[in-house]
Amino acid sequence: MYGFEALTFNIHGGYLEAIVRGHRAGLLTTADYNNLCQCENLDDIKMHLSATKYGSYLQNEPSPLHTTTIVEKCTLKLVDDYKHMLCQATEPMSTFLEYIRYGHMIDNVVLIVTGTLHERDVQELIEKCHPLGMFDRYSNRPFASSRPHPVAASDRFSFSPLCFSHCFLFSSIATLAVAQNMRELYRLVLVDTPLAPYFSECLTSEDLDDMNIEIMRNTLYKAYLEDFYKFCQKLGGATAEIMSDLLAFEADRRAVNITINSIGTELTREDRKKLYSNFGLLYPYGHEELAICEDIDQVRGVMEKYPPYQAIFSKMSYGESQMLDKAFYEEEVRRLCLAFEQQFHYAVFFAYMRLREQEIRNLMWISECVAQNQKSRIHDSVVYMF
Amino acid sequence: MSGMVDASSWGAALVRISPYTFSAIGIAISIGVSVLGAAWGIYITGSSLIGAAIEAPRITSKNLISVIFCEAVAIYGVIVAIILQTKLESVPSSKMYDAESLRAGYAIFASGIIVGFANLVCGSVSSFSSSFLTSFGFWIPLSDRLRFSCRLCVGIIGSSCALSDAQNSTLFVKILVIEIFGSALGLFGVIVGIIMSAQATWPTK
Repeated sequence: MYGFEALTFNIHGGYLEAIVRGHRAGLLTTADYNNLCQCENLDDIKMHLSATKYGSYLQNEPSPLHTTTIVEKCTLKLVDDYKHMLCQATEPMSTFLEYIRYGHMIDNVVLIVTGTLHERDVQELIEKCHPLGMFDRYSNRPFASSRPHPVAASDRFSFSPLCFSHCFLFSSIATLAVAQNMRELYRLVLVDTPLAPYFSECLTSEDLDDMNIEIMRNTLYKAYLEDFYKFCQKLGGATAEIMSDLLAFEADRRAVNITINSIGTELTREDRKKLYSNFGLLYPYGHEELAICEDIDQVRGVMEKYPPYQAIFSKMSYGESQMLDKAFYEEEVRRLCLAFEQQFHYAVFFAYMRLREQEIRNLMWISECVAQNQKSRIHDSVVYMF
Repeated sequence: MSGMVDASSWGAALVRISPYTFSAIGIAISIGVSVLGAAWGIYITGSSLIGAAIEAPRITSKNLISVIFCEAVAIYGVIVAIILQTKLESVPSSKMYDAESLRAGYAIFASGIIVGFANLVCGSVSSFSSSFLTSFGFWIPLSDRLRFSCRLCVGIIGSSCALSDAQNSTLFVKILVIEIFGSALGLFGVIVGIIMSAQATWPTK
């Protein structure tokens, strides 16, 4: 019953909520970012980060640092925090935490399929995958092996159409590389993963080319968001209230991005409309208007009818769309920080994961700017949180 | 009065229950439910305290005060139970169902219920406005929360206190004040319970 979660939430969730709030206290503040922006090179960044919670992850790195190393180690911290929380969680919190990973799984699947299309090496692609989105054989068990499984090495020899039977037995994320079209993708690998229910809308026999892969990604993500939304509604209470707000913003943001990215491509209006999620502030009338937009000013016209988004768009002058990404990120961070204002709900976990990811994006941008000596552009893309 | 009640009605049935039954149940409720409330409050506070203390170990000693406040509520229950049981006296069986002795039995019963449930609520039920206290120490009112504004709790506030203290140690004393007000509610219950039990005079021979 809404309003009385405080009485029983702490039985299963009190400890983990306190832990996640402790982690949140370790997020970088504006003062930290100011220090990092003043750094001259990557070793300075490492030194500043050693005073934060990232210290233990970066201290053993040898001196010629790369930006990818920094990002990788920070992501490792995120993954460790997540795994710790997932181990301790009970139902329904563990399902909730699992849902947070599915977005990364979708990204990983698309990464591998795209990379294979462009004939990249599978091992190289696996290394680029986000660690939170890995899945392995019989993979409703996450993290069964977060490092490439010893069998995966032999999978490479079975990547020929003659060896489908092998692929069926030793299914792992690497096997995604074999699939020629979406049906095979589904049948070989994804039917065992948590992503299986999201595939019903995109099982076609069309070949996997760039356009169709993007459509596949957006269709999967749409199904995932709707599933997550329904799950949160079922949980009820403060979780449902806060998560609906956060997920609605996510859905609307994706709708706008899909619209803007598909202006001028061959995507038809009906197809575009099919990629929008069935919830959110823009549903359904905003979607109808967005589907027919042909340039950014029309998009702006549609969005300005909705007061929360009008505030975002009013910050940009006409014809400028580069700042849109950053404006959306800032709005998202603002809403995520607000999720911490209430106690006794699960949305703090979601908010913490997203804030950490935003922080890692910030760190990547700062490291790149410092490494390439373009510190004037640092403030273009860093989103301050506190 | 008992002559006017129809012999087969519910009223007659109630009146034929021994006043000692009611007294004993009242005493049991006073201590049982108080301890339930205290335990509920302690687990709510304790689970948050353990988690928050991992990242901020300094909060552990101060936040034990929240646990002690919850414990105090259990002690109120014990004290009142002891007082109530001293009020029990033997009455000759001819006078057991007199109005006077029924009144004494009911008084002890009611006193036990007052103390038990006041301590339960005080120990565990929440004031939802307090659980919004954040690390920045400002209040964000959400309108649909206020419709449930109940009394102040010690356990839930204790949990919020531990989490806020971990973020910002200036908040501890302020939230403690809220807890003190919360435990005052238990005290109200004890006072009224003792006043009621003072009325429990059994008929003399």
